[in-house]
Amino acid sequence: MPAGFYFGIEVFLNGLMAGVMYSLVALGFVLIFKASGIFNYAQGVMALFAALTLVGLQNGQVPFAHLINAIFGTEVHHFGWHLPVFFAILLTLGVMVLFAFLVEKLILKHLVNQEPIILFMACIGLAYFMEGFGDLMWGSEIKKLDVGIPQGGNFWIEEVTSGLGGDGFYGFYLDTLDIYATVIAALLVISLVLFSQYTKTGRALRAVADDHQAALSVGISLRAIWVIVWTIAGFVALVAGIMWGSKSGVQFSLSLIALKALPVLMLGGFTSIPGAIVGGLIIGVGEKMFEFLIGVPFLGGATENWFAYMLALMFLVFRPQGLFGEKIIERV
Amino acid sequence: MNAVETFTTPDGRTIGGPVMEMRNITLRFGGVVAIKDISFDIREGEIRAIIGPNGAGKSSMLNVINGFYHPQEGEVFDHGKKRAPMRPYQIAHQGIARTFQNIALFKGMSTLDNIMTGRLTHMKSGILSHILWKGKAENEEVVNREKVERIIDFLEIQTIRKTPVGRLPYGLQKRVELGRALAAEPKLLLLDEPMAGMNVEEKEDMSRFILDVNDEFGTTIALIEHDMGVVMDIADRVVVMDYGKKIGDGTPDEVRSNQDVIDAYLGVAHD
Repeated sequence: MPAGFYFGIEVFLNGLMAGVMYSLVALGFVLIFKASGIFNYAQGVMALFAALTLVGLQNGQVPFAHLINAIFGTEVHHFGWHLPVFFAILLTLGVMVLFAFLVEKLILKHLVNQEPIILFMACIGLAYFMEGFGDLMWGSEIKKLDVGIPQGGNFWIEEVTSGLGGDGFYGFYLDTLDIYATVIAALLVISLVLFSQYTKTGRALRAVADDHQAALSVGISLRAIWVIVWTIAGFVALVAGIMWGSKSGVQFSLSLIALKALPVLMLGGFTSIPGAIVGGLIIGVGEKMFEFLIGVPFLGGATENWFAYMLALMFLVFRPQGLFGEKIIERV
Repeated sequence: MNAVETFTTPDGRTIGGPVMEMRNITLRFGGVVAIKDISFDIREGEIRAIIGPNGAGKSSMLNVINGFYHPQEGEVFDHGKKRAPMRPYQIAHQGIARTFQNIALFKGMSTLDNIMTGRLTHMKSGILSHILWKGKAENEEVVNREKVERIIDFLEIQTIRKTPVGRLPYGLQKRVELGRALAAEPKLLLLDEPMAGMNVEEKEDMSRFILDVNDEFGTTIALIEHDMGVVMDIADRVVVMDYGKKIGDGTPDEVRSNQDVIDAYLGVAHD
C-alpha cells in the first residue's frame, strides 16, 4: 500500500473526530427543537457561556470583576483559589440548571403558542444577550481551559501504526483530546437515548415533542418539561464547551460553532438524535476528505470553510427533511 | 351538603351522587358566546351524553371540565367542592382523563408507549432516579407496565403494541386514545366524539368498550356523540345543547320527546 493511502485514512479518522465535535453542538439543537419546536440559535453561545463559567470558577475569577471595580473603585480580580475540576464542573452544571429555569420563567412562559419565527427571534436575542453577559461576567480575553484531558498526538497509536506505510509514513497522528471527545460523545448519546426511551421523564419529553394538548391531558406540565429540556441542552452545551474550549481555548469565536451545526442539522434532520451524530460525522469526514483529495490539489485549499454548506444545500434540494428527519406524512 | 341520593338504572347499575357539577357556566371568546349559563351534573357511575348540532358548544364544555378553557362566569364543583382554577395538567392529576375529537395521540410513539404516558399521573418517582435508573424508577416501570398490558388486552390491540400509532388506521387510533385515557384509571372519563368517522362495525366495537369500561371499572363517563342511535342506546342521561344553551336534560326517552330538542334537530317551521 502506498503512503498516500494511509494519509487518506488518517485524514478520514481526523475527519470523524472533528465530526464528533460538530455533532455535540448539533445535539443540543435537536433536543430543544424536538421538545418545543424552537430553533435554539443560542446553543453555541450556551456552550461558550458554559466554558467561560467553568474556567472562571476553576481559576477563582471574581464574576463581574470589571463592573465591581468600576463602581466601587476596588481592584478585585481573583478569589485566589483553584477549584478542583470535578467540583467546578458540578458548579457550572448548577449554573446551567439555573439558566434553564430563567429562560423558562423570563422568556418561554410568555411566548407559549407563538409563531416559530417569534421564538427564533427570541433565541437570537437570548444569544446576543448571553454573549454580552458572559463578557461582562468573566471578561473577554482568551482563556485556557484545562480539565485534565491529555492533549497532543497519541504516541501509542503513532507507534503501533507506523509500520504500515513504509518509509515515508510515520503512523497515524490522532489528537488524544479528540479520542476522549469521541468516547465522551458516544457515552452522552447512549445515555440520552436510554433516558428518553426507558424512563417516565423521557417518555414525557417525547410526548411533549409530539403533541402539546395531548401531553397536558395526561398530566404533563409543559413548563416543567421545558426546564428539563433546557437543562439537558445546557448540559450538552457544557460538554461541547469543555471539548471545544480545551481544543482551541475559550474565546468568543466559540459561539460561531453554532453556525457549523446548521449544515449538520440539515443533513441529519432537525428532529433526530442519531441524525445529529451521523450528520456531524459526514460533515467532518466530508470536509476533511474533500480538502485532502480535491481542495488542496486542485482548488488551492481552504475548502473547509464552505464545503459543509454546499453539502447541506444539495441535501435541501434532494431530501429536505434530512437523512433521518421525520417524513411528513399526513393522513387524508 | 344534602345527603347523597342514589338511584338505580333499568339495567341494575347504581348511580351515585354528583362527581362533577357545572353551575351557570358562561364561556366567551371575545364577543362570541360559546356557552351561555349552562348547569348540569355528572353522577358517579353513569354514562352522561352531551349532544347537539355542530357549533353548539359541546367540545367547549369538555374543555371547561378538563381545564383547557376557563369560563368567565360560573363554577365547577368537584365532588361537591368548588374547584379552584387549575391548569389542564393539574386537572389530569385530579383524575380526569379525556380523548379528543381529532385524535391527539403521540404519533411517533408506539401504542405501548402512548398508553404508558397515560400512567404518568400514577408514577411518583423523581427525575434523579430516572437518570440513575435506580430504586423506585425501575420497579415503578414494571408495575405500571403490567397495568398497561391489561388495558391492551381489554381493548384487543395486542397485535399493534409496538406499532407507531401514526401508521394505524383511524378506528384503531381512536381505540389507542381510549386506552391512554383508561390507563389513568380516571374517576371521570371525557370522550369527545369517540365514534366520529367510524363504520357501523367499529361503532359497535367502541360502544361495547365504553359500556364495558363503565360496567367493569365503574368509571363515570361523559361523552359527546353525534350518532343519536348510539347515544340513546348507551347513555343513562343526556344533555342537549344548541347555540351554547342547554335545551334539554334527562333520560334518552325524555329528551327524545322534548319539543325544543326535536326543533333543534329537525328545524322549526317559521310561520
